[in-house]
Amino acid sequence: MSDHELRVSKIRDGTVIDHVEGGQALNVLAILGIDGSEGFGVSVGMNVPSDRLGRKDIVKVEERELSPSEVDVLSLIAPEATINIVRDFEVVEKNRVTRPDTVTGVLSCPNRNCITNADEPIETRFDVVADGVRCDYCSTILRADIAEHIDV
Amino acid sequence: MRQDHLITATQLSRDDIEAVLDRAREVADDPGAFADRHAGHVLALCFFEPSTRTRMSFDSAAKRLGMETIGMGDVDSSSVSKGESLSDTVRVIEGYADAMVLRHPSEGAATLAAEHVSVPVVNAGDGAGQHPSQTLLDLHTIRENHGLDDLTVGIMGDLKYGRTVHSLAAALTNFDVNQHFISPESLRLPRSVRFDLHETGAQLREHTDLDDVLGDLDVLYVTRIQKERFPDENEYHRVAGEYQIDAETLDDASDDLTVMHPLPRVDEIAPDVDETDHATYFEQAHNGIPVRMALLDTLMENAEADEETEADR
Repeated sequence: MSDHELRVSKIRDGTVIDHVEGGQALNVLAILGIDGSEGFGVSVGMNVPSDRLGRKDIVKVEERELSPSEVDVLSLIAPEATINIVRDFEVVEKNRVTRPDTVTGVLSCPNRNCITNADEPIETRFDVVADGVRCDYCSTILRADIAEHIDV
Repeated sequence: MRQDHLITATQLSRDDIEAVLDRAREVADDPGAFADRHAGHVLALCFFEPSTRTRMSFDSAAKRLGMETIGMGDVDSSSVSKGESLSDTVRVIEGYADAMVLRHPSEGAATLAAEHVSVPVVNAGDGAGQHPSQTLLDLHTIRENHGLDDLTVGIMGDLKYGRTVHSLAAALTNFDVNQHFISPESLRLPRSVRFDLHETGAQLREHTDLDDVLGDLDVLYVTRIQKERFPDENEYHRVAGEYQIDAETLDDASDDLTVMHPLPRVDEIAPDVDETDHATYFEQAHNGIPVRMALLDTLMENAEADEETEADR
């Protein structure tokens, strides 16, 4: 039995997001819009030892599967993540996240003077660049601070 | 140039730039040949921020092409102060005009406008973002004085918030130009502009002292350092003073150095520079007319070609 299984119990149905960079688990929940009020069973493992990452986080959400746009944004803060769909205690699907070309409607632009922060009826749109994302409107680049600008 | 709008200088290739500048030369040589080219068409001058030079320059350029121009009047008394979104405003104005020039205090405003209308949009300044039509006239000025290759250009002043700087630096990467950036530490180029320069493989040479590089320059492009960028007025006076030039400063420069400025200047270029052969900023401002005529002519031509293609379908 591996280390993380000792710490976080198995789920019957839902999603296990594994190999999340240590410290990002709560941001993963933020992306998914989960704050506990929905009634899903949620288990979080933080800074669990990992062969691949050194330390990793794990998020298990019962009775909830992820949409493609959620996976897209997840890939920005957890590029190494694997997403396991679990049904009746078995992993029925296992996917690595892939970086999208653009991220629409999920991040807010940190530039207060950007037109997307001016009450216009538009969605934000960011191009994914080498090590971050870039606002399509004002060109502002977000790097390590992406998680702080998730607006879901 | 096969573009529907002019939003940012990063969208321009060398061919795009040269096509507009070639046409600007034709306009300058024979303005009469362009006089009625767009008679019956209307240009909307949408200035959400005060402007004298740019607005009058577009107004004059349009009229010299035979176009009528319409404006918004005082922003305080317009629908903007009633809380209308920019997306709504431009969609309404689209019905009144065949092309639109937009100046707005928010970065990205022109991108948004172009997404909401089908008439050509020219970005005439979006906050601290871009000012690409200024860049075309800057490039025209450089080209007419030096050509656009094998050049060393110094850009000095407020590189962080200066939209003319952001556009010029991006456009110059299309040419064989060594760029030097001279500014106080706190006003260095922003991350987004540095990213674009790195992407093109351009080298970023940054200095805090003009003397380090003055003797090597063919062009010195000076911009204004604004008081409101500094929390402390004393700090402003101390810093800004180091980036002001006068005729004596230029004693160490090459005889062929061209000094440019997007204007208005306050005290960053002393009046005694006007009397030197280096001063090119008034010529630069005047170049706004043929260049903006060439730009509007090109965009209107592209829009008409698009309409014909649409009709043929």
